[in-house]
Amino acid sequence: MKINKTAKNNLITYLMVTGAFLLVEILSLTGNLTYHFGGLLVPICVYVIAAVSLNLVVGISGELSLGHAGFMCIGAYAGAFFSKLTDGALPDIWRFILALIVGALVAGIFGMLISIPVLRLKGDYLAIVTLAFGEIIKNVLNVIYIGKDSRGFHFSLKGTMALGLEEDGMVIVNGPQGISRIPGGSSLVAGFILILITLFIVLNIINSRTGRAIMAIRDNRIAAESVGINVSKYKMLAFSISAALAGVAGSLYAHNIAIFSATKFDYNMSILILVFVVLGGIGNIRGSVIAAVILYALPEMLRGLSDYRMLIYAVLLIAIMLFNQAPAAINFRTKIKAKLSMKKNERGSE
Amino acid sequence: MLEIKNLSISFGGIKAVDNLNMKIEKGALYGLIGPNGAGKTTAFNMITGIYKPDEGSIVLDGKNITGKHTAEINRAGIARTFQNIRLFNNMTVLDNVKTGLHNAYTYGTLSGIFKTPAYRKAEKSMNEDALKLLQVFKMEDRAELKAGSLSYGDQRKLEIARAMATGPKLLLLDEPAAGMNPNETNELMDTIAFVRKEFDMTILLIEHDMKLVNGICEKLTVLNFGQVLMQGETKEVLKNPEVIKAYLGEDDV
Repeated sequence: MKINKTAKNNLITYLMVTGAFLLVEILSLTGNLTYHFGGLLVPICVYVIAAVSLNLVVGISGELSLGHAGFMCIGAYAGAFFSKLTDGALPDIWRFILALIVGALVAGIFGMLISIPVLRLKGDYLAIVTLAFGEIIKNVLNVIYIGKDSRGFHFSLKGTMALGLEEDGMVIVNGPQGISRIPGGSSLVAGFILILITLFIVLNIINSRTGRAIMAIRDNRIAAESVGINVSKYKMLAFSISAALAGVAGSLYAHNIAIFSATKFDYNMSILILVFVVLGGIGNIRGSVIAAVILYALPEMLRGLSDYRMLIYAVLLIAIMLFNQAPAAINFRTKIKAKLSMKKNERGSE
Repeated sequence: MLEIKNLSISFGGIKAVDNLNMKIEKGALYGLIGPNGAGKTTAFNMITGIYKPDEGSIVLDGKNITGKHTAEINRAGIARTFQNIRLFNNMTVLDNVKTGLHNAYTYGTLSGIFKTPAYRKAEKSMNEDALKLLQVFKMEDRAELKAGSLSYGDQRKLEIARAMATGPKLLLLDEPAAGMNPNETNELMDTIAFVRKEFDMTILLIEHDMKLVNGICEKLTVLNFGQVLMQGETKEVLKNPEVIKAYLGEDDV
């Protein structure tokens, strides 16, 4: 009974994503998609992946993390770095796939490192540490210069001149200007597939032994230990998987634009992703997907209204919050639900 | 089964438990009683590794488990419930019990992600085992409810079911009847007796309800201000004037 219910719920999520993808594809093929909206599609996918992965930490593991953009930043740099090195040496599709994997691995390793303080901290303190981590990553990557020539890699914190590259040398990471002329690879199809993979990983973890252990720790740490769960292991696992998925999102982002710099991944981005998670419903994966799509696309769609744009955006945020949390709205929703199921039962009994 | 020797712990100069010695035989139903603040729960917390004792040793079936981690001690065979109920409130009743089966059926995270045959097999057995346990506690019809939404008595029972799911040799119950009405307490006594018989379980419990203690415990240890006041057969211990004094207070008049 229960298994059917969760399986059905997950299926709805997959179908919803697929449906949205097909709709956009059809619009695009029939030429009904504006150029502006077309440019939003991959970033929407990036934010959906980021929101779903953050929900694994915030909703399932119950830890407040404000450094998610930091992991995306690492994934973006690692993926773009890899792509620039192997451009031409590998077929484009394989280079892109490997760049995504590299982004995931490097971000995942950083996630594992950051999870060490995570094991010791709680609540506000953890939020501060993750916030600081995101800023540190951004600022460090902002001053790094890496170049490559026939003698190998060159590294500096001063500037491109200090790298002392030979004539054939190539600057890969250019300090505050970030990485430029990144070979492409991202597309809506790639984003769609990655969203499905992310959902597949996160939803299946939630419904497994691992997910139960993570949620048990969230609900009551001492009780989780008392039934023999290794708390450190599962907290670390949740954080690392979340970071790795954020790395994929970052890598996807980097391959969508020719140039990016670390300053893009500041705490505003972390907060934005957290807003998607909170408004979509903490622990509600499908909610994260919907919230990320609507809340990312909306301000862009409202550009025509110029100054009123952010006003409408803010009102919408409040409306969603009320719809999700206000007792009156919850009552209203349960009533509607009860009515619907009654109708269904009547039909069933006839 | 369980042998506790010279167990002591202090908190800031106060000896919460002082030189506790206890021996629990296999299959026994042993009671730990004493007035509030006597150190009963502290003793439990040392046995289950939540506190590290300052001195003394705890040996389970010949295996020294003193100072081990809580999770390790559970895997060694001690499961417990808590005085202030600690359930996984946002998870279903069934998932609470399945979490108790965490170490009974193991498969890796990757198996879980890819839903391998190992995953399917383990989950199927877990569901069956968990439902069987819930049947023992007559809760199978509430399997899909959130644990936090259960009635108080059911929450206490679910905690025992979850502890039993870990397949312990020794079950520690911290005030299982706290906050229960007489009917619920009677039902609980039956359940404890049934669990003991059905699973051949050794049980150590803390309790204030003298009816329950008198009804099911065979042996008692009485703690007072961290020290053992008396140990022995239930009937003898409860008749002892020292014990009565510790519980009811001295007559000043």
